[in-house]
Amino acid sequence: MKEGNFITTTLESLIGWARKYSIFQYPFVTACCGMEYMATAASHFDIDRFGAGLTRFTPRQADVLFVVGTISHKLAPVLRKVYEQMTEPKWVVAFGTCTITGGLYDNYAAVQGIDAIIPVDIYIPGCPPRPETVLDALMKLQEKIQREKQKWSLRK
Amino acid sequence: MMEKMLLNIGPSHPAMHGTIQIKVELDGERIIKADVEIGYLHRGFEKTAENRTYMQIIPYTDRLNYVSPLLNNLAYAMAVEKLLGIDVPPRAKWLRMIFGEISRITDHLTCIAPIGMELGAFTVFLYMIKAREFLWNVLDATTGARLTTSYIRIGGVKADVPENFEDLLRKALEETKKAVRDVHGLLSRNPIFLKRTKDVGVVSQDDALSYGFTGPVLRSTGYYYDVRKAFPYLYYDEVDFEVPLGERGDNYDRYMVRMKEIEQSIRIIEQSLSKMEKGPVKAEDEVAEAYEAIKASQEGKYLDGKLKLNPNLEGMEREVYYKIMARVPRYILPPKEDLYRSIEGMIRHFKLIMSGHGLRPPAGEVYVPVEGGNGELGFYIVSDGTDRPYRLHLRAPVFSIMSALAEMIKGHYIADVIPTFASINMIGGELDR
Amino acid sequence: MVLEEVEKEFSLRRAESIDGIPTFYCHRELVLPLMERLKRDFEVLLDITAVDYLGRKEKRFELVYHLLSLSEKMRLRIKVELGEGEKIPTLSFLWKNANWLEREVYDMFGIEFQGHPDLRRILLYPEFKGHPLRKDYPLKKSQPRIKLLRPERE
Repeated sequence: MKEGNFITTTLESLIGWARKYSIFQYPFVTACCGMEYMATAASHFDIDRFGAGLTRFTPRQADVLFVVGTISHKLAPVLRKVYEQMTEPKWVVAFGTCTITGGLYDNYAAVQGIDAIIPVDIYIPGCPPRPETVLDALMKLQEKIQREKQKWSLRK
Repeated sequence: MMEKMLLNIGPSHPAMHGTIQIKVELDGERIIKADVEIGYLHRGFEKTAENRTYMQIIPYTDRLNYVSPLLNNLAYAMAVEKLLGIDVPPRAKWLRMIFGEISRITDHLTCIAPIGMELGAFTVFLYMIKAREFLWNVLDATTGARLTTSYIRIGGVKADVPENFEDLLRKALEETKKAVRDVHGLLSRNPIFLKRTKDVGVVSQDDALSYGFTGPVLRSTGYYYDVRKAFPYLYYDEVDFEVPLGERGDNYDRYMVRMKEIEQSIRIIEQSLSKMEKGPVKAEDEVAEAYEAIKASQEGKYLDGKLKLNPNLEGMEREVYYKIMARVPRYILPPKEDLYRSIEGMIRHFKLIMSGHGLRPPAGEVYVPVEGGNGELGFYIVSDGTDRPYRLHLRAPVFSIMSALAEMIKGHYIADVIPTFASINMIGGELDR
Repeated sequence: MVLEEVEKEFSLRRAESIDGIPTFYCHRELVLPLMERLKRDFEVLLDITAVDYLGRKEKRFELVYHLLSLSEKMRLRIKVELGEGEKIPTLSFLWKNANWLEREVYDMFGIEFQGHPDLRRILLYPEFKGHPLRKDYPLKKSQPRIKLLRPERE
């Protein structure tokens, strides 16, 4: 940029822009979808391009919770605890059909959709979803983060 | 004497890929007692299977051991075929072998990748997953799916291979060989890796047998048992391959056995490719594909009589269908041409699919094992003559192996839990079902 | 041949099998001595599972053991008929993996094993009531551990 030029923007969109390219994710990987999650994270598809490459395995440092794979009733309390430990702002991605509706497992053991346990922002369909779908979802999540209205203002 | 400390690992922990909880009692850094809690991925597979028809169960079997789905398909299809008493055509057997071995390679790659990653060698993970990606492309081209393929069906396989299959497969195998070679270079003589794996998590041969180990973990103790050799199925007695053995039964041997098995699987695939008869090559006729027709119509042109609208998916055309599927009309779905163009085909399809009809094996029970990614993978099916199994049980190899984990990590350092756990390749879907 | 010897000694009843694995019915009280004898030839206990014949047979459960002999390269299936509430001795002192396999059968069917060192649920959670693989347990009856935000099914 040449000297003397400048850009104007709102503070809100500046924060949104900063946040959307630094997604620290917590992968809550349980089942088959984890295989495609691994494929997405590795070199062929490379989610690092979206600023989402760094996984944090402690919920306190993560912004996005990836729920990857079937959640059984036995695991439900664990998932809720992990969600509650995350600090605001936080987003949740439901990865795969099992997390959306219970999928193939319409029975006593599986939770019929994780939105019965925690609120969800983005749903990725597929059993398991292909990496392309995951990347698409990631971009949709970034759009959502960009649009987000901030809950605070500089003047208290 | 130090005070004892109770430490909880999992169920959501970076190194507990899959969900498992290990509660350890520590004296300093040494584990004196461990309690392994499983079942966090219990999805009620067996109960669900009792409420599904025989064909509907195939997609569920994909999701048992999801790193080698085709071997699960194979075990289930073979069990039902035994119940029905049908034999599959030779080409289907060769294809089953090729795809089964591809699945075994992806299983071992996906097992070794996290071992490296968790011990700090992230490059290994990237190399192995890269090789797996090439193999999945082969699966994708043939079966239409990367992971949950449902390719092996009752009576045969879903579809014949596409025309460029052999090139794709050979390229994938080259990439796999390269990855294996690179990983040998990175890990096999790496002092850090050796320190973390050699003489860690040792299992004696007697213990291994008493715990019901099978597969690579049993072979790492030096015991020669492989279902493919002991009870040959498909054409495993016609191909030449070795069963790699370990010596001490520690983490390093388990890693090494898996690495060598990848090489043997590649050998089996290469031999199968040359022994399998060349597929029927379709005549190139002057027809337009559907997308060409749509494009032409958008430009206002009309393709007169040149349009090929085949109701079938590629590889399932009638001329190849009975080379990959047993010719048993009572149990096998008709090719799609028959279904859409003749009333007999429609009735056959209807009788097999509609509830209340369906595939009805005679009453009886079977146990059919195959060599899965982790060992002897067997389906035990009890049929009562209806269209749904009365009881279906999976003999999961990893279940027996996991029952030994508490003893394997006892007396070791807390950091040794990670390579020990990683080297037994715990797969939640298979363990908890 | 081991099997013929054992068959006479323990008065086993041979059942027909279509998969070529020799199958025998054994009385509940003879299981422990029989398995002790068989352990000499069959090194590996492959599997323990059960089948619930609710309303179809006089005795409700059938316990199925699969054994494997690596030296003889053969498999064997032993079945035990069990009524509701009847107990069976544990094999966890003979084969170590019997510990977990029996816990699974207990969890899924509610069959109790006498002398088992650690008989508790393995795949499900302690609060769970009932045994899901019994035929009278409904497929879709779930038992949530925490309060759900919405009802699971309509």
